Amino acid sequence: MVIGVLALQGDFREHANMVQFLGVEVRLVRLPDEVDLVDGLIIPGGESTTMGKLMVKYGVDRAIVDRFNAGRLTIYGTCAGMIVLARDIEGSQAQPHLGLLDVTVQRNAFGRQKESSEEDLEVQGLDTPLHALFIRAPVIVRTGPSVEVLARVTQGPVYVQQGRLLASSFHPELGSDTRIHEHFLRLTEHSSNQEV
Amino acid sequence: MTEIGTTKVKRGLAEMFKGGVIMDVTTVDQAKIAEEAGAVSVMALERIPADIRREGGVARAADPGLVEQIMDAVSIPVMAKVRIGHISEARILEYMGIDFIDESEVLTPADVTYHIDKWQFKIPFVCGARNLGEALRRIGEGAAMIRTKGEPGTGDVSEAVTHMRAVMNEVRKVQSMLEDELVVEAKDLGVNVELLREVRKLGRLPVVNFAAGGIATPADAALMMTLGADGVFVGSGIFKSSDPLPRAKAIVAATTYWEDPKVLFEVSKGLKTGMPGIDARTLVELDKMQVRDN
Repeated sequence: MVIGVLALQGDFREHANMVQFLGVEVRLVRLPDEVDLVDGLIIPGGESTTMGKLMVKYGVDRAIVDRFNAGRLTIYGTCAGMIVLARDIEGSQAQPHLGLLDVTVQRNAFGRQKESSEEDLEVQGLDTPLHALFIRAPVIVRTGPSVEVLARVTQGPVYVQQGRLLASSFHPELGSDTRIHEHFLRLTEHSSNQEV
Repeated sequence: MTEIGTTKVKRGLAEMFKGGVIMDVTTVDQAKIAEEAGAVSVMALERIPADIRREGGVARAADPGLVEQIMDAVSIPVMAKVRIGHISEARILEYMGIDFIDESEVLTPADVTYHIDKWQFKIPFVCGARNLGEALRRIGEGAAMIRTKGEPGTGDVSEAVTHMRAVMNEVRKVQSMLEDELVVEAKDLGVNVELLREVRKLGRLPVVNFAAGGIATPADAALMMTLGADGVFVGSGIFKSSDPLPRAKAIVAATTYWEDPKVLFEVSKGLKTGMPGIDARTLVELDKMQVRDN
């Protein structure tokens, strides 16, 4: 199993370090043909507009969607990565995105940087709370029927799963709690075993 | 319990800028062009460094009305500059909900002795540095991000290169130090020994470090990434060039694909004239912005 981290912009190094720490092979993905070399892809935190534009310019968006639709890729998006994965972006539908995850996200849902925060979050499937870091974070304002909400705050869902897609508003890669990444690795391993 | 304005949250926003380009803008239109080009953030200011240099006079924080208009016009984070030590200019920006404050040597210093005590703010700060000592002193004062200074408004990348190399070289030196050597080094640099220990452990600064001051071409941006920058600030280099949007887009691409000469070739060719620029070696000491604090 190889995990790719989309390395167009953002905190991709922190994701790569965490995957490596968990003993799994990792590679940075910047070009379309590199997408075909990975079983799972992490889309990191960063600026969703910057990542979206670069994805389109170099054809990485097509490569991701094709491999995902072929059933050969799991994807985990954090913060900007969640926005990039979403089907709809409130007030910003024109910005390039993949549209795979059946949700509507609201960018900067908490407000500007002064509303960025950290808190202990109850997460479905975890025994103890997760310390979550929200940075100019998005929130999900609509979830499609196949989307499972794994954690929420007052403003709405912040951690969801839809089959092979996982997305969080917060940044586990900036801490030392590896449980979300472990979940993604299990999901990827399970999915690649199911391939025919 | 939800906590805001913590060190993690402040440094965390800087982490999100990595691999990106932060562009100086002086109007709403320029801010929109920067966003369109793929900037990760814009720096709102009244005059870009090249004009400050040319026109002289006292350079102060921008009109808060202009900063507000720019905040309303774009969806990406907005930064603004305050004079070194100008606590009140910073308080105004904090009140407005700016995303990042640059306590900057590009403006005329308000305090020739003290920097702002940045721990007292809920908003993160970025500060300039020429070497490891300056960087760690600013971090000690609460800066959540560092940018190497370079020489702003020149379009000459040489000073940015000197400063980035200096920081990286000193970090490598610290990494090989014994504890007794480290204690003396902390004293010599005038920095907290705990911070220096952290640098030794991490092999880098404990906060994100961008390059700034003289970056004018896609290749300049790629060079700074090659030397270890986490990302780049482009001040005068974009809006002092003859065709800003294509140049801004090219610099964004070069900052991502800095290791890929094919992409660098493609984005570099055919760009119209860059900013005219000044050879930084011809500046007299008094004209240098980088020496305004240490």
